[in-house]
Amino acid sequence: MDMSQYLEIFIEESKEHLQSLNQSLLQLENNPEDSSMLNEIFRVAHTLKGMSGTMGFNRMAKLTHDMENVLHALRNNELKINTKLVDLLFKCLDALENYVDNITNNSNEGSNEYSEIISALNSAIKDGPESIEIKAESTHNGTDKEQNAGTAATEIVTADIQINEYEQNVINKAREVGMNAFQITVQLNKGCVLKSARAFIIFQSLERYSEVIKSEPKVEDIEDEKFDFEFTVVIVTKEKAELFHRELNSIAEVENVLIKELFEKPVESSAIETKIEDIPAVIAQMSEKEEKTPEKEETEGPKTSASAKAKTGKTVRVDIDRLDVLMNWVSELIITKTRLEGIESLERTQTFNEAVEYLERITTNLHDAVMKVRMVPVETVFNRFPRMIRDISKDLRKDIVLKMTGEETELDRTVIDEIGDPLIHMLRNSADHGIESMEKRKALGKPAEGNIYLRAYQDGNNVMIEVEDDGGGINTEVVKKKAIEKGLLNKDVANNLSQKDIIDYLFRPSFSTADQISALSGRGVGLDVVKTKIETLGGAVEVETELGKGSKFIIRLPLTLAIIQALLVLIGNEKYAIPLGSIQEIKNILPSDIKLVQKQEVILLRNMVVPVIRLDKVLDVPKDEREAKQLTVVIVRKGEKLSGFVVDSIIGQQEIVQKPLGKLFIGNRTVTGATILGDGNVALILDINSLA
Amino acid sequence: MDELLNSDLKQFVVFKLDKEEYGVDIHKVTTIEKMGRIARVPKTPGYVKGVINLRGEIIPIMDLRTKFNLPEIEETEDTRIIIVKVNDIIVGMIVDAVAEVLQITEEAIESINSFSSDMTMDYLLGVGKVDERIVTLLNLDKLVKSSN
Repeated sequence: MDMSQYLEIFIEESKEHLQSLNQSLLQLENNPEDSSMLNEIFRVAHTLKGMSGTMGFNRMAKLTHDMENVLHALRNNELKINTKLVDLLFKCLDALENYVDNITNNSNEGSNEYSEIISALNSAIKDGPESIEIKAESTHNGTDKEQNAGTAATEIVTADIQINEYEQNVINKAREVGMNAFQITVQLNKGCVLKSARAFIIFQSLERYSEVIKSEPKVEDIEDEKFDFEFTVVIVTKEKAELFHRELNSIAEVENVLIKELFEKPVESSAIETKIEDIPAVIAQMSEKEEKTPEKEETEGPKTSASAKAKTGKTVRVDIDRLDVLMNWVSELIITKTRLEGIESLERTQTFNEAVEYLERITTNLHDAVMKVRMVPVETVFNRFPRMIRDISKDLRKDIVLKMTGEETELDRTVIDEIGDPLIHMLRNSADHGIESMEKRKALGKPAEGNIYLRAYQDGNNVMIEVEDDGGGINTEVVKKKAIEKGLLNKDVANNLSQKDIIDYLFRPSFSTADQISALSGRGVGLDVVKTKIETLGGAVEVETELGKGSKFIIRLPLTLAIIQALLVLIGNEKYAIPLGSIQEIKNILPSDIKLVQKQEVILLRNMVVPVIRLDKVLDVPKDEREAKQLTVVIVRKGEKLSGFVVDSIIGQQEIVQKPLGKLFIGNRTVTGATILGDGNVALILDINSLA
Repeated sequence: MDELLNSDLKQFVVFKLDKEEYGVDIHKVTTIEKMGRIARVPKTPGYVKGVINLRGEIIPIMDLRTKFNLPEIEETEDTRIIIVKVNDIIVGMIVDAVAEVLQITEEAIESINSFSSDMTMDYLLGVGKVDERIVTLLNLDKLVKSSN
């Protein structure tokens, strides 16, 4: 049976399923008890297995089948979910994605058997999730310390903490409901400097998986560094001891972790009766906490699965090329309509005018409808980021939270496809260079958790995407030094540069201020590619940063790529178009109204000082030098700023079809495109954002 | 007729610039157009004259005279724009006149080593000799890439 015709559908659907699996697994990680999520995952995996089997992709089917076995065991509570298992499942997803990529590129799944993953899956079922061992682990770099600590599992303890009756009761209650209680002694490296900071991190780590019942010395004393090099805590938790061994040992400057399991002990009930009510509260608090941790990824967890179901209503898959053809014809229609409108010579009867007006309404609506077809919410790009940040945070040993807003904002299909890579790079940058290490953050008085904000919203004719972090900000001095070192900048000129100019150097090819190259970034290849990509899409990128507080990268992308309302103006002999959305007003002034402030020409607009830009000079328009009696100034708005553009005359408002100028003009800061006027001539569309 | 199938034979569109004849690979030539209104694009190198509207598409135009440092002249009846497509980039080149399509064999093409001119060697594929004529063959890939 010839399967090739179904290949495209298979690829599309597999990608969708894998994406949904990624999201669901992330949610499951934060809500291990969510059985509906588990069922969902099982269902999708099952579907994938069927699909790949039908298409003859046997390796993929086998992997999915083994995954299914593990999921089945989880569903029946034969297996308990833990971080190792989740990581293993994520690895399975990565392997499946690789298969699909191979299929996309080569029409076959490739020869990788992923036998390590399969055997890990099988051993998980046989021996339980603790037995999972996969080499080249990206999540927790298996250091020797970990392996050794593993053997020191639940051995002797230096000094037993005194547990009073109340605390013992809590332990009893906890064990009753199936939780564990441990006494953990943490010994810090004798050379450890910021003991309180280190302890803080340890407590953070503990609190993520357990409730600390008691600590010796007391928490306040620990914060004041009133301890030598060790402290002991008593915790109740759902997790096993190995987790804490691993987590705590992976914190820097922790010398040793000694864990002792605590058991029920009979307790004198009398003195504590009043306190017993508190115990269920503590336990309840514990389980609550585990549900609350998904603030990590604010991507509206359960809501997305609900909306995903809603969306599978009535959809049609359409070839992008067909949409482009449709778009082209609509553009042509609009140009022709404009020509009709411009006809003066014909005797324009009432009927004619009415017909043309109606035609105008139709074309506008048609245009809007076609544009909507091409618009896709940015969510499709954003939804893979939470997983990415999770993996990166683990790699970097930092605690990073990704907060996304505005995922419903829509962008043109072609832009969506291209914006993914630049965003990935910027997010990695923020995680790697922006957010400081946990120790440093604590030392600076910042919360150990680093925040990265990803926002999308509409602003006039543009869609803005912001990547902001509350990390260390960009040190312009370092950038300046690097630029001078590389010979890109002259030392004397350097001192006169504005912060903005200096930051621009970061966008040069091969520019990096990182001392070390990490696997993630630092080679200096990324930001210039990001900038070029964004400019190719007709957009721009800006940076705002404050040392110590953080940085914000702002990407502006044009909303509608093709048809816009514009104002046609005449400069010299040349016609130019200014997008209407940016225009605030048009003013006629006398040449004497232009004043000079610090060598910059300005005018007064209702008591506001507005800088004036003589377009004929900026655009090198050949014209005679006669100073006109009156000047026409087009006041445009860019964000909060106003600027005045001096033109020779206004031709009129017109709907124009924006045509790209082509690759040769990328980086041209004056025009964003061209349009074909009704008379067949070309008018250039001014890049207001760059000129202002 | 066998000659046409002979892979040693290359076809070139031959055009005139000043007193010299040049040739470009026919496979890269899309169309040849008459001169029209060119819209100037600010802040571009001198040899980029601007863009034109070619049946609804915006095509950048460069003036080969300027590119090769020849004096500019008024356009004539014979001035043409050769539209070429190189690596997905479509560009038009202004030339004084288009002569014909010539077939030049591999052997008849000599690579330039010694003699220099104002033009950078980069743009040249070689020099073709046909009958008594000398046709300078241009490397379109290099020519168009350098415009970036």
